[in-house]
Amino acid sequence: MRTPFEDLVRDLAPQVLGALVRRYGGFDTCEDAVQEALLAAAVQWPTKGVPDNPKGWLITVASRRRTELFRNESARRRREEVVAAQAVPEPEPPPAVDDTLTLLLLCCHPSLTGVSQVALTLRAVGGLSTAEIARALLVPESTVGQRISRAKQRIRADGAEFRLPPPEEFPDRVAAVLQVLYLIFNEGYTASSGTSLNRVDLTSEAIRLTRQLHDRLPNDGEVTGLLALMLLTDARRPARTLPDGALVPLAEQDRRRWDADAIAEGVELITRSLAETPVGPYQLQAAIAAVHDEAERAEDTDWQEVLGLYELLNAAAPGPMVTLNRVVAHAMVHGPLPALAHLAAAEADPALANHHRVHAVRAHLLDLAGDHESAKEHYLKAARTTLSQPEQRYLEARARSRPE
Amino acid sequence: MKYLILIHSNPKSRALWETLDDDQRYALGKGHMELTEALTESGELVVSEGLADLELAKRVSVRDGRTLTSDGPFAEVKEHLAGFYLVDVESYERAVEIAARTPDAATGAVEVRPVLDMSTWDL
Repeated sequence: MRTPFEDLVRDLAPQVLGALVRRYGGFDTCEDAVQEALLAAAVQWPTKGVPDNPKGWLITVASRRRTELFRNESARRRREEVVAAQAVPEPEPPPAVDDTLTLLLLCCHPSLTGVSQVALTLRAVGGLSTAEIARALLVPESTVGQRISRAKQRIRADGAEFRLPPPEEFPDRVAAVLQVLYLIFNEGYTASSGTSLNRVDLTSEAIRLTRQLHDRLPNDGEVTGLLALMLLTDARRPARTLPDGALVPLAEQDRRRWDADAIAEGVELITRSLAETPVGPYQLQAAIAAVHDEAERAEDTDWQEVLGLYELLNAAAPGPMVTLNRVVAHAMVHGPLPALAHLAAAEADPALANHHRVHAVRAHLLDLAGDHESAKEHYLKAARTTLSQPEQRYLEARARSRPE
Repeated sequence: MKYLILIHSNPKSRALWETLDDDQRYALGKGHMELTEALTESGELVVSEGLADLELAKRVSVRDGRTLTSDGPFAEVKEHLAGFYLVDVESYERAVEIAARTPDAATGAVEVRPVLDMSTWDL
């Protein structure tokens, strides 16, 4: 469990880093210094108490540490006979906008690879340590450390700066941030297998960061859409797995265990954003999640509405998974036989060739059509081709439970 | 996504190994070292190891609560695992690209396997 103290430190992390970068420049060294200040806080605050001005405390400690790091760095440079011309800190410009947004945009800079964006965002904006990120992503600490230092090198080499991008680049840069946050959220499903208690919950972390972004850009419909999508998806988590880790499909979940507060918040967000801003893929996905979440029982689901939303999503952001989900919705509205024909057509997409979800959907449709024997065969095919262990168990169980 | 790159030892790869001189064998080992370094540097390597000879292998089984072991090499085994790379990369294509860079790819004894996980699954 995260303590209120940890929440405080981690909320302050991007603000402290922003203050340091504005004062001294040099994102790279400042980020290292802030990490060490966070560590010092983690050691000292629980025993000595939280200082009266925690942000000021962190800025002071980080600044001192940065000076030390910078001295070491410039001593090394002098030995290499390079003039440290950057030694004079520039005067601090007034913060035009909130630093958290600027930091998010920098960490998700398009010159970085996806895995580096994730690691750097979690550390610089999320305030997590390299060790915590490594445990959360199930990779060694050295791997994460390397991703972060490479990302920082890249930012330096590219001359990417700690300032807001020009207006013409802004929408694309925000889209990149949304993609990284969604990636972190999805990565969180891995953590929900619950094999380790001291792992950071990436799902909650993604929601926390997306909430921060939403606070800064409340009128951006896609930011709102992503936050709603995360809340509406995460709301089902308590019902999504059994204590032994087995998956429960949406139609069979105990809906009383869904998080009603998260659903209410997600529905409110998406309803408002659909009414007020241009619609986009995250909003459409959130709207679909909302239709499911608002159905008291699986059989109450408004599939006509779901199908309509998938048609819109297919026009806005077509993709293999959208195609498949549309086929399922189509079957629920028009019956399994026309949907099977749609599925056969969809399979022409190379991305779906021998894809386990195609086999699973076909099995499901065959079941609905009453052809249980073929359904069983396709459930087994899906079980062999999935990469998810709980899903494999579920699909094998489905195959076994076919009526003879 | 994590992928396991398996380097197998089979009659064909062993026959090839026999024909190599010391310099060529050294180059092969160096190829692995360089690949390991490059993957560490790119932040893609989870772990990589070469395995000791099958002579040192033990098979373990438990019968009636007692642990039994038998010592290698095992006569019936034609192909065995000689080493592996566990990588965490952005795509299957990238994992295949890395596998192609292992010196052993020349003997065709390299295999790439996606790792099972608890991936996103909801409908």
